[in-house]
Amino acid sequence: MTRSTTEIVLTPTAEDHRVARHAAAAIVLTVAEAAIPLPLPGVKPGLANIIILVVLARWGWREAVWVALLRVLVSSLLLGQFLAPGFFLSLAGSLASLAVLGLAMHLPGRAFGPVSQSVIAAFAHIGGQLLVARAWLVPHDGVFYLIPIFALAATLFGLVNGLIAARLLEEASAPAPQQTGV
Amino acid sequence: MIPGPALRGWLAAWAAHLKWGDVLVLATALVVCGASALSLWQGGRPDKAIIKAGGRVFAEVDLNTARILDVPGPLGATRIEIQPGRARVAADPGPRQYCVRQGWLSSAGAVAICAPNQVSLALSGRNADYDSINY
Repeated sequence: MTRSTTEIVLTPTAEDHRVARHAAAAIVLTVAEAAIPLPLPGVKPGLANIIILVVLARWGWREAVWVALLRVLVSSLLLGQFLAPGFFLSLAGSLASLAVLGLAMHLPGRAFGPVSQSVIAAFAHIGGQLLVARAWLVPHDGVFYLIPIFALAATLFGLVNGLIAARLLEEASAPAPQQTGV
Repeated sequence: MIPGPALRGWLAAWAAHLKWGDVLVLATALVVCGASALSLWQGGRPDKAIIKAGGRVFAEVDLNTARILDVPGPLGATRIEIQPGRARVAADPGPRQYCVRQGWLSSAGAVAICAPNQVSLALSGRNADYDSINY
């Protein structure tokens, strides 16, 4: 049978599969995290960033950008937040932290590990979110009143996520017979 | 509380993933937390005391140095005491002493009014939490 001339055949590459797999893991973490009640809107662990950090270290910045943005898009669709204010805050935070991660990944690896990248990215995340929130959602300097809380959360969750990412990377790089999941 | 050996081992296993640069970044992050809290959450700190007598501003004094002012009124002198960061009406000739019993005022917007002697003491700050506080 001859193939139709109008048929479009997409052949996903190995990279596409990898991005999809990592994005799926990140989306699952985001959706699971959305079920955790939190005292203040905006303060969350950001567990999906563990995946972003691992992808960044193993597969580079371009793939990390793909995974992060797919994560934002799909999890907002799943949670019914697409194009809602929360979506734009999430997008702004992701873009800011990806931009900063692009720079932070070039820090000397001898001294700065995933924990540094995680904390720096977490601060960029709250920075991007606060700028969008100030410019658009809450046009008042009152939002900056919450900076200390957000900064503390970024430090704490940045540390935890970075440690988990460091451990996953160590396990992935260790000579193991079986393939690790992430 | 001294952590048990199991907990210590667990913590050490995680700490092994920290490089010195990471510790540096964490320390910087904590400094940012503290500095932002100090600079953003001190809106209630007063920087000036405004003393009025008979409806007119008698004196505006900063709250950096300790001093005592005697403000003249129709009943006599109201004594106002300033200390770094706070101020009070130390003595007043009025009959009911409400302004004296308010004690030390230490947040921006706080006011002590000695109505019989027509003297008032108000603290003002750049970022007052309240327009006015009375007790």
